[in-house]
Order: sequence, then C-alpha cells, then structure tokens
Amino acid sequence: MYSEKVIDHFTNPRNVGEIENPDGIGEVGNAKCGDIMRITLDVEDNIIKDIKFKTFGCGAAVATSSMVTEMVKGKTLEEALTISNAAVAEALGGLPPLKMHCSNLAADAVHAAIKDYLNKKAKV
Amino acid sequence: MRRIYLDHSATTPVDPEVAELIMKYYLEYYGNPSSVHFYGRQVKKAVEEAREQVAQLIGAQPGEIFFTSGGTESDNLAIQGTARARGNRGKHLITTAIEHHAVLDTFKYLAKNGYDLTILPVDEEGIINVEDVVKAIRPDTILISVMHANNEVGSIQPISEIGKIAREKGILFHVDAVQSLGKLPIDVVEMNIDLLTVSSHKIYGPKGVGALYVRRGVKISPLVFGGSQEKKMRSGTENAPGIIGFGKACELAGLRMNEENKVLRHLRDKLIKGIMDNIPSVKLNGPLGDKRLPNNVNVSINFVEGESLLLSLDMIGIAASSGSACTSGSLDPSHVLLAMGLSHEVAHGSLRFSLGRQNTEEEIDIVIQELPKIVERLRAMSPLYNKAD
Repeated sequence: MYSEKVIDHFTNPRNVGEIENPDGIGEVGNAKCGDIMRITLDVEDNIIKDIKFKTFGCGAAVATSSMVTEMVKGKTLEEALTISNAAVAEALGGLPPLKMHCSNLAADAVHAAIKDYLNKKAKV
Repeated sequence: MRRIYLDHSATTPVDPEVAELIMKYYLEYYGNPSSVHFYGRQVKKAVEEAREQVAQLIGAQPGEIFFTSGGTESDNLAIQGTARARGNRGKHLITTAIEHHAVLDTFKYLAKNGYDLTILPVDEEGIINVEDVVKAIRPDTILISVMHANNEVGSIQPISEIGKIAREKGILFHVDAVQSLGKLPIDVVEMNIDLLTVSSHKIYGPKGVGALYVRRGVKISPLVFGGSQEKKMRSGTENAPGIIGFGKACELAGLRMNEENKVLRHLRDKLIKGIMDNIPSVKLNGPLGDKRLPNNVNVSINFVEGESLLLSLDMIGIAASSGSACTSGSLDPSHVLLAMGLSHEVAHGSLRFSLGRQNTEEEIDIVIQELPKIVERLRAMSPLYNKAD
C-alpha cells in the first residue's frame, strides 16, 4: 500500500528531533485524529538553515514529515511557503487515497513554523 | 526472512487435513448437492455430515444449523431475520457497544428504519454488566444480541446469565461466537441461546463459509430467496467444499481445544508479561486470566501510533493488528477501546497479537525482544514522548 520511498523515509527518517531554542515552531494535527507533527527550524538570511521534526502518527505521517524537511532545507522562506502537502505526497511517489487528507499535513507544519518565525520577528 | 504470524483473530491458515478434504470436493466429488444423481447424493451426504460436526461443537442438533457465506452474513440473517419476523411484536433491540461491525452496523441500519436500539456500555475490561441488560429490557424488546468473546480485546461476556434472562422474558437471544468457537466451550442449550453465529476461517477452515444456529421452533425470515436450499433459510447453491471443510475444522477444533488452550494461555501470558516488563508506559487492554480468550493479547503503547508499530513489526516479519484509525479505514480508532474508556490518543497506540496453533515459545521470545526496540525508535520520533515523564 505504501511506495518504496514512503517506506524508506519511514525506516530512515531524515532530520528527526528538535532544535533547541528554534527560530520558529509549527505544530499541526491532534492526538484525537492520530497525527501530530512538530517542526522546529532555524532561519539565517531568510534561508531555512536547519529543520527538524517530531511526529506521532502512521507511516505516511512520518514519511511526509521526513520528506518535507529535505525539501525545504536550504530554501528561502518564500520558496518553502510554495511547497504544498500535495507536492510532498508527490515527491514520495504518492500516498494511499485515505492518507491524503488525514496524514498529509507536513507542509502545513512547515508553513506554521515559518509564520511563527515571521510573527516573532515582527514583534522584535 | 523469518515470518511470525500473530493475527489469527483476523484469519487462520487452513488445516492441512481440511485442505486435503476440500480439494477432493473440488476435483472429484463436484456435484451439486441438490441433484438427484450419484454426484449430487455423494456431496449431499458430506454436507449433512458437516452439519453434524458443526452442531456437535456447539451442543446443537444438525437440523438447527444453517450454512451461510460467513460470520457477517450469519449476523445479518440473525438480526434482520428476527426484526422482519418479529417486528409486529415489538420494535426494541438490545446490543452492546463492543460488537463487531457486522452486528453493530446491522442494528444501526434497523434503528434508522423504525426500530429502537439500546446499546449497552462495557466496563474498563470490556465486559458488559448483566444488570444493565435487565434494566434495558422493555415489553416491546424482541432481540438481545451479545458477542461471546470480543475480537479486539478478548473479553468474555456473561452469556449464560443473559441467556437465562432472555429466555424467561421470551426475548430472542443472538450470540456472535465467531471468536470463541473452538476456543471456549459452547452449549447452546445450557446457555439458552436462540441464534448463534459461527465462522469457518477463524478455526483453520476455509474462508467464505459460516453458519447460523437457529434453535428449533424459532422463526426468523430469510434474507436471500431462490432455490430453497438450507430449508429456504438461505437459498443459493451450497458452497459444498467450503461447508465440508468447515465441518472437518469443527471436528478437529473439538478434539484439540483443551490441549491447545493450555499452550495458548501459556504463550499469551508470557507475551503479556514480556511486553509489560520490558516497555514502560504500556497498558493491557481487556481482562486477565479466564475472562480473556486464550489467544488474545492487546496492549496500548503510549506516545506511539498503531500503524507505525504494525509497519515496523512487518518489516522484521511479525504480523499483528491495531485498533488505530489508520488501519480501520475511518478517522476514529477502535470503537471497542473507546467504549472501554480509553482516550483517542491511547486507542491509536493499540496493538493486538492473536496467537494460534502454530506459534512457538521461540516466536514469542522474538517479539518480546524486538518490540521494545521498535517502541523506543518510534518514541524518539514522537512529540508526545518526553523521556523525563
């Protein structure tokens, strides 16, 4: 049911963990529906310099989280904001239909972390 | 890769003796049991033998056994058949919150179509309270349906007590015994059961076959009309090879049950202990000891999600199942675990191992050794997990 890429990212997830004192934090999902993703990132000169994720969820949730961190690392904030959930799923070689809406939130988590960073910056 | 199958409540392998018998009825004795000629008579005889074998395992008479396509059809026939036959006497139906969807969804359909439905709660071990049944009964109650043992958490229900009450009140009593057949003693007479659902593929028989026991004298309406097979209760050419295989599987289950249960209980308790001792923040779902199916283990592993656990286990060759939403095709986790009072979060992290005839001590040791590593890896990834907790 899962593509090889999904299994690869589930088995060897990239950028797992949490950045200490991150520039931005994004959390989406809730325990009720079975998926929670937390993204922490560091920004330097408008570029995502480092990014890490922690995810509670199914195989698709873990794989999309891992994939999105690879996709946005080193990108400008503007570039990162154009990456959609659908693009993450596509990069993984697709997800089973049922997973498209419930476990495909990783890009949302990144966008939330960027917005958090921008909000904090605006307040300074 | 070495593979370990621990999902026997989903389905079992067909016993070699059963498979061999079935093949004969595909290749050599292929007649239609309704035919008058030699080919038909030969198969008819074997189907009737199978009826006796099924009847014997549950303390029924052969004439009270009606073959169907499986547990789901038997549940539908029992419930819809009772509603149709007794709807003029009353519209009230009683069941429990932890039934299989084949029961629960059939009742919910009836509830949308003019019937009143009471769904009884369960306690934290997944067992209903007989007092709740008594309180739920109304003058217009026509059917009580309670599963013998739960498919997810293995909790065994007080069937005899409920049967006694239902019989005294003249209410039909249906029992879904799909998970208990061949694992727990069943006597439909002693237990005052009017309708009993059984399935073949959970007891090392073929898939696509089941039966409904209908107590002599009890009238229910058929759902399928046609060629009058099964005394008009279930028309359609009999799945003769399947039925004959089911009969054999029942015979073998009856012979092996006591010995097998001793081994299964030992392995079950070893696995439960191994998991509880080696993984922190784990909860056993369902009762311990004699109130639990001999082959069921169900645990909630906090801070991780069930499908991730299943995938990780599958990668090292271990097959299990989960009550996580991701494996149910819906967004909600197991209705059974929620009914037992678990939070969504904890229910999402549930894991079921269901043991069978072929499992060995060594296989259980491997699970006890490997599962903690998987849990540790997934917890390290989980935002809900804090090592300091």
